[in-house]
Amino acid sequence: MQKYSVFSLIKNALSNHENWDLAWKDPTPKKEYDVVIIGGGGHGLATAYYLAKEHNITNVAIIEKGWIGGGNVGRNTTIIRSNYMYDENALFSEFGMNLWRKMSQDLNYNVMFSPRGIINLAHSDAQMNVYARRGNSMRLNGIDAVLLNREQVKEIIPMADFSENVRFPIFGGLMQPSAGTARHDAVAWGYARQADSMGVDIIQNCEVIGFDISAGKVNGIRTSRGEIKTKKIGLCVAGSTNILAEKLNMTLPIETHLLQACVSEPVKPVLDNVVTFGAGHFYISQSDKGEMVMGGDLDGYNSYAQRGNLPTLQHVLTEGIAMMPFLSKLKMLRTWGGIMDMSMDGSPIIDKTHIEGLYLNCGWCYGGFKATPASGWTFAHTIAQDRVHELNAGYSLNRFNTGHLLDEKGLGTKTWIS
Amino acid sequence: MLHIKCPHCGMRSQNEFSYGGDASVKRPELGKDISDQDWNNFVYNRKSLRGKHWELWQHLAGCRQWIKVERDTGSHEIFKTLKAEEEIS
Repeated sequence: MQKYSVFSLIKNALSNHENWDLAWKDPTPKKEYDVVIIGGGGHGLATAYYLAKEHNITNVAIIEKGWIGGGNVGRNTTIIRSNYMYDENALFSEFGMNLWRKMSQDLNYNVMFSPRGIINLAHSDAQMNVYARRGNSMRLNGIDAVLLNREQVKEIIPMADFSENVRFPIFGGLMQPSAGTARHDAVAWGYARQADSMGVDIIQNCEVIGFDISAGKVNGIRTSRGEIKTKKIGLCVAGSTNILAEKLNMTLPIETHLLQACVSEPVKPVLDNVVTFGAGHFYISQSDKGEMVMGGDLDGYNSYAQRGNLPTLQHVLTEGIAMMPFLSKLKMLRTWGGIMDMSMDGSPIIDKTHIEGLYLNCGWCYGGFKATPASGWTFAHTIAQDRVHELNAGYSLNRFNTGHLLDEKGLGTKTWIS
Repeated sequence: MLHIKCPHCGMRSQNEFSYGGDASVKRPELGKDISDQDWNNFVYNRKSLRGKHWELWQHLAGCRQWIKVERDTGSHEIFKTLKAEEEIS
């Protein structure tokens, strides 16, 4: 594989950039693979990469119905963080943070990881107490957390509304300075390029039609490009989880919902961090191009539409304008939507299933992008070793049976109510 | 924007409604043997498929009644609405 560096850039510039190698190949599916990953998004690509890198399993295929990186890894708001209170979520996410920090070097691909810090705003004394508790829990797990008072927040984000007579005055906030953003497409492409170079077949435009399962064991899959034999299947299909689960006669604690995001026209640098509104569901950051990147609530009803409705967008942006009034002057450049695998306790599932050789990775709700490396790493471990790693032991499918829910946000069984 | 025909009030905009999830889910009957799996299916497990989907909505900013709506989760087209007590045919 061609190494990307300033020297290769100069060398290829001299030949008008006409001699770059393809970043990944377009192979014809083989008859048999050791592992088949269904879903060529961030999590699927990362899983294949770590299967090859950490477990030396390279006879792997990624089956993608569309094109790689065309789903939620290309539709998110690129936020990376580990500001969780529960041990399971905190340790998993912080493990991921360490992978993020060295990802550009690891993949030889600039993912533009920018640890610019995230601030969750608090709008009451009670919320400050909750944040203090969460911050302390984070610090006990080795994650950086700083509780900010009103004046400190004002110093960092002076453009927020600090006037006295507002419905949701800013009391302070909880900051994770090491959180940040990354270039989401580069994450997918970087994982794809490395996985491909280690022998993984990335098979695009290939839809899974059915599964070949007998005596409770995986034998293979049927696709639009023929049958493929395999003993192990990893399911990484986010919003399409329920559709494939039906083909497997499984009913999962997952509902598929629509989440929108949007960007404004580009403006000069005004916001250095990721900021979230504490009295509703709204988050914002500024891209390197200057666009304000914003998102918030789900549309609130089951949907596979991948495009949103105006009432939710209006509601979300009303929260944004309440937090930062200058946003009302900006024109909207783009809005889009993706379909989320909303789990019933708000936490993901990375686990084995009752079918031998079938592994499940789903339920990422609002937070799939930041989990990409940790999800891929632990899922690869679960598939390769046929047992869960301690990092994803809490993300079991059985927790809904036993009552060991990870309801970090306290949303209950209706995660679409927020 | 969705437009939902409330069986009590007529056609209204989505803004007046709040969502209540899959309407085909049945609570296990009391006084019978109920397995953990039955409860699990009732509380957590959902089919959530692409296509026609019977779901509950509440006309919150209107008559406040719960209603049943048959909607396509891919196209958002609404086919039929029923009062809460009417059975899905």
